[in-house]
Amino acid sequence: MVDKEKLTIAVLSGDLERALSAFMLATTGAAMGMEVNMFFTFWGLNIIKRNEGGIKSKGLMRKMLNLMNRGGSKRLKLSRFNMFGLGTWMMKRLMKDINMPSIDEFITMAHQMGVKLIACTTTCGVMGLLPEKDTFRSEVDSLTGAAYFLGEARQSKVTLFI
Amino acid sequence: MKADQSLDCVGLYCPMPIVKTAERIKQLKQGEVLEVVADDKGIKLDMSAWCEATGHEFLGVEEEDNEIKVYVKKAHQ
Repeated sequence: MVDKEKLTIAVLSGDLERALSAFMLATTGAAMGMEVNMFFTFWGLNIIKRNEGGIKSKGLMRKMLNLMNRGGSKRLKLSRFNMFGLGTWMMKRLMKDINMPSIDEFITMAHQMGVKLIACTTTCGVMGLLPEKDTFRSEVDSLTGAAYFLGEARQSKVTLFI
Repeated sequence: MKADQSLDCVGLYCPMPIVKTAERIKQLKQGEVLEVVADDKGIKLDMSAWCEATGHEFLGVEEEDNEIKVYVKKAHQ
């Protein structure tokens, strides 16, 4: 092993099961000695939004969008069988039963393992978010755009779109 | 098989045994053997793939009832 192999993951979805698979692969990649970048865009931004309220935004439409779509790792739902939260609650119980980390724990773990969490600034605008560090949890490393993602993807051995 | 250190991953599923192995292997000296005890069957192929990616040596699997023991030799620092 000379140079570290790179793994780049674009996380477009904010569904619980997709977020989980993204973090499972990211942490496994880091454990396998890969340099991992996770790039969050569109609904994926919900995963790394701060869980606490008071996320600032500008303009009525954006404020409304933010209100309806609070986001945060603790509020992710299953894409199917959510059943007004019952399905998601059950899945989270089952995850706990088999000692699977929660999204929150996965984010902390990934961060500690050196996985870079990156928020896409362009989609912040359409998701009603200010492209600022304060919008996101502290583990987020940087905010950037598509060129950075492609720059990383070009050098990556594996690139995933989730 | 004789091991220098043992890591208990019983009750843990993918990716935790691999993540914990990657963390623990740092504590071993080159040439030492780490035993990972788990009950998730996925670990057998997972661990050999991890060894191939990281360059450590996969020594094999021992299975007893529901307990799976995999052995990894630290090949480099």
